[in-house]
Amino acid sequence: MPEQSPKARPRLSPLRLDRRTLLAGLGASLGGAFPAWAQGGAHGAMMGAAPSNQAPGVLSGERIELAIGHTPVRINGRMGHAVTANGTMPGPLIRLREGQDVCLSVRNTLGEDTSVHWHGLLVPFQFDGVPGISFPGIAPGQTFDYRFPVRQAGTYWYHSHSGMQEAMGLLGPIVIDPAGPEPQPYDREHVIMLSDWSPVHPHVLLKRLKQMGGYHNFQKQTLAGLLAGRDQPLSERLAWGRMRMDPTDISDVTGSAYTFLINGHDTDANWTGLFTPGERVRLRFINASAMTHFNVRLPGLPMRVIQADGQDVEPVETDEFQIAIAETYDVIVCPAKAEPVAIIAEALDRSGLCRATLAPQAGMVAPLVPLRKRPLLTMRDMGMDMSGMDMGGMGMEGGTLDLSAPSDAPPSGHAHHGAMTMKMRDKSLAAPAIRMGPGVATIAPAPIDRLADRPTGLEQVDHRVLTYADLRALVPSEDRRAPTRHLDLHLTANMERYMWGFDGAKLSENPDPISFRHGERVRVTLINDTMMPHPIHLHGHFFELVNGAGDKAPRKHTVNVLPGGKVRFDLTASALGDWAFHCHVLLHMHTGMFRVVTVRAGENAA
Amino acid sequence: MSMRLFAAVLVTMAGTAGPALAQMADMPGTMHDHAAPVSSPDEEASPPPIPADHAADAIFDPAIMARARKATIHDAGGMPFSMLLIDQAEWRPGTGKNPQGYAWNVKGWWGGDVNRLAIESEGEGLAGEKAERAEIQVGWLHALDPWFNVRAGVRQDLGWGPHRTHAALTIEGITPYWFDVEGSLFISNKGEVTARLEGSYDQRITQRLILQPRAELDFSAQDMPELRTGAGLGRAELGLRLRYEIAREFAPYVGVNWETRGGRSARLMRASGDDPTALRALAGIRLWF
Ligand SMILES: [Cu+2]
Repeated sequence: MPEQSPKARPRLSPLRLDRRTLLAGLGASLGGAFPAWAQGGAHGAMMGAAPSNQAPGVLSGERIELAIGHTPVRINGRMGHAVTANGTMPGPLIRLREGQDVCLSVRNTLGEDTSVHWHGLLVPFQFDGVPGISFPGIAPGQTFDYRFPVRQAGTYWYHSHSGMQEAMGLLGPIVIDPAGPEPQPYDREHVIMLSDWSPVHPHVLLKRLKQMGGYHNFQKQTLAGLLAGRDQPLSERLAWGRMRMDPTDISDVTGSAYTFLINGHDTDANWTGLFTPGERVRLRFINASAMTHFNVRLPGLPMRVIQADGQDVEPVETDEFQIAIAETYDVIVCPAKAEPVAIIAEALDRSGLCRATLAPQAGMVAPLVPLRKRPLLTMRDMGMDMSGMDMGGMGMEGGTLDLSAPSDAPPSGHAHHGAMTMKMRDKSLAAPAIRMGPGVATIAPAPIDRLADRPTGLEQVDHRVLTYADLRALVPSEDRRAPTRHLDLHLTANMERYMWGFDGAKLSENPDPISFRHGERVRVTLINDTMMPHPIHLHGHFFELVNGAGDKAPRKHTVNVLPGGKVRFDLTASALGDWAFHCHVLLHMHTGMFRVVTVRAGENAA
Repeated sequence: MSMRLFAAVLVTMAGTAGPALAQMADMPGTMHDHAAPVSSPDEEASPPPIPADHAADAIFDPAIMARARKATIHDAGGMPFSMLLIDQAEWRPGTGKNPQGYAWNVKGWWGGDVNRLAIESEGEGLAGEKAERAEIQVGWLHALDPWFNVRAGVRQDLGWGPHRTHAALTIEGITPYWFDVEGSLFISNKGEVTARLEGSYDQRITQRLILQPRAELDFSAQDMPELRTGAGLGRAELGLRLRYEIAREFAPYVGVNWETRGGRSARLMRASGDDPTALRALAGIRLWF
């Protein structure tokens, strides 16, 4: 067993394995045990209730212990092998209070290294939990104590950052109660944790994608569809085929491999949260999926969004929102009638969904809604939508893009005479920083800011849909300095070879870290040159989205960059150390879309 | 000068960008920056230096950190993968003058995204007989760009006639409209130069039913009588296979294959009593690991 000997705290203490405890844990979890917070018929927590009054399965206080181990699980009738915290999937709810100190003691009973990352928590970098960047990881048989003050309130989560353990179930919620009063009072709350599960090892899912980029997609366009008048007309199919692009390439791993879960329960298991009619019920949505973005709605019930990524926002009412992987949204709903209400989490590509129920009493089942038609990508998703030109039927023949404008200036967007060059990989358009190798199949010719766009597939639905432009921080940002520096980063890919990166480089190619001066304010622009959305997550920081809200720019730890679009955010590099910065689509991260961000004091500081 | 600086200069200076900007304002979904104004371009700070050390090394044993770092970096894009594709493993029932036979086509690779070890084998024969045409190739596969690879290696012939060894150079990839193409040049140990062109297309009829037309053309730069091949077009094969993907990697198929020889090759075939042209039904299985 390799001995880890840090020079200073945290201390890694050797673990004595207690076989009886382990076996007891295994037995209890066989057949699907859940922590109390995620059990069906959960009463949820009442606002203001002291943590000690809550059901077991909620961990509170200054010292919290997690044991990471193997657990067999049965989901959708099939046995699978999960990696879990304290024997359950999802893991226990960690409930903290703003201002307290906490020691999270994580014991590894696996035969391989593990780690736990506290997603969205502002912690000293050595307790951030990313092996190889913030700490060495937790070797088999060892315990690592994460110690930090709790500096924030809101809804967060934790997950493994080692190998693919996150996709195998090592995930759980964190709720932090504010030191002061809740800005938006409510009567009762439930954590709603969304995830995707496959009994197939995630490494095998990745291998299949490397062998065939469209392996899991069973919603492609077909000849039968063309003859039946479905999907794109022939001319559009030809134009997309010419560019070697597939407009149905919405999700890499789909419902053909996954069962979608709410609090660890699939649709049939019907997780149920209780309410009393007339109550204000706060739902803390966390997308803990490895590979799935979800469209979330409670048919017939409007939602008041009060937090995004744990940060308070001005309440905004909506009927549906898309939650990208690793984001959280808190909403308040007020079911008035004594009737069950469905919570629907529909996969982005509509290859499946999960239904849970909010009910006045246990045993009720809310009606299921049908899956909607899977969306098709458009020219806008290629970064090719020119000033409202009619893109229908690729009406660009005979037009041309004026691409002489510098990459960061708005595209001039007017059509010229002459041949339209549908070049999706024009090297002259690529920023000099991009390595134009086999890993870069496309460069968005004219990426636009899509923060006010409805996300993929929800463009046409006839009810309200939340966009990033709707989010306004409840309290103005502390740092209102203008940025002194700009940084552009391109999200790049070759979907056929299944290569993902920043600026054309995978982390495995050892690109330089992204360097910031401590305290400097930088405007970062993420440009998505690919045709997939990427939820980009920066560890250790929040950043303010430049979404038109001015001083009330919403603060986020994860931002979903729509295909062919760009996102600007202002970052105050406030946290010293080295931090992970990556796409939270797990297999994108594992095929290269990952960088190290480093924040250092002074010019030559270590 | 950065692109951004250039952009700002352009926008400030000129009327040319003006109408474009006005147009942008009307675009649905285009956001404008109402946040605090960004410092003017000439105040743009330079990026800080890239530190050569690692923050965690100050807290943990640097040797242990180095090992963990290496693993994390490797896991984000550096993992090797592999594939063994049995593209064709088929039985060709006999019809009249064409006796029944068999054929195979296998491809495999192991390695990273850019460099791989590749193997390939194809051949055909008559039932109960040694393969009439059989070859195996081993080579280095290198990604040239997003869509095309080069393969360099050796080819060993194992079928009818003398067994040649060739140096092989192949360009393979996906063209616009999703055609799979492959072009190879071979130089044998006798100095003979031959070439091969292959192309195929997967037409999805439904999500699992796929029709694949396929063509393979062999050319020779010289007469090779002992191989019954003449200069020019040697062998031409056209196939049409309809497969059903029970799983992506497990698909039975049926189809037809038409094979013929070019003028000089056909004459050499006939001289040895064989029919240079054959049309056969076929049934087989496509699978991969
Ligand atoms: Cu991604």
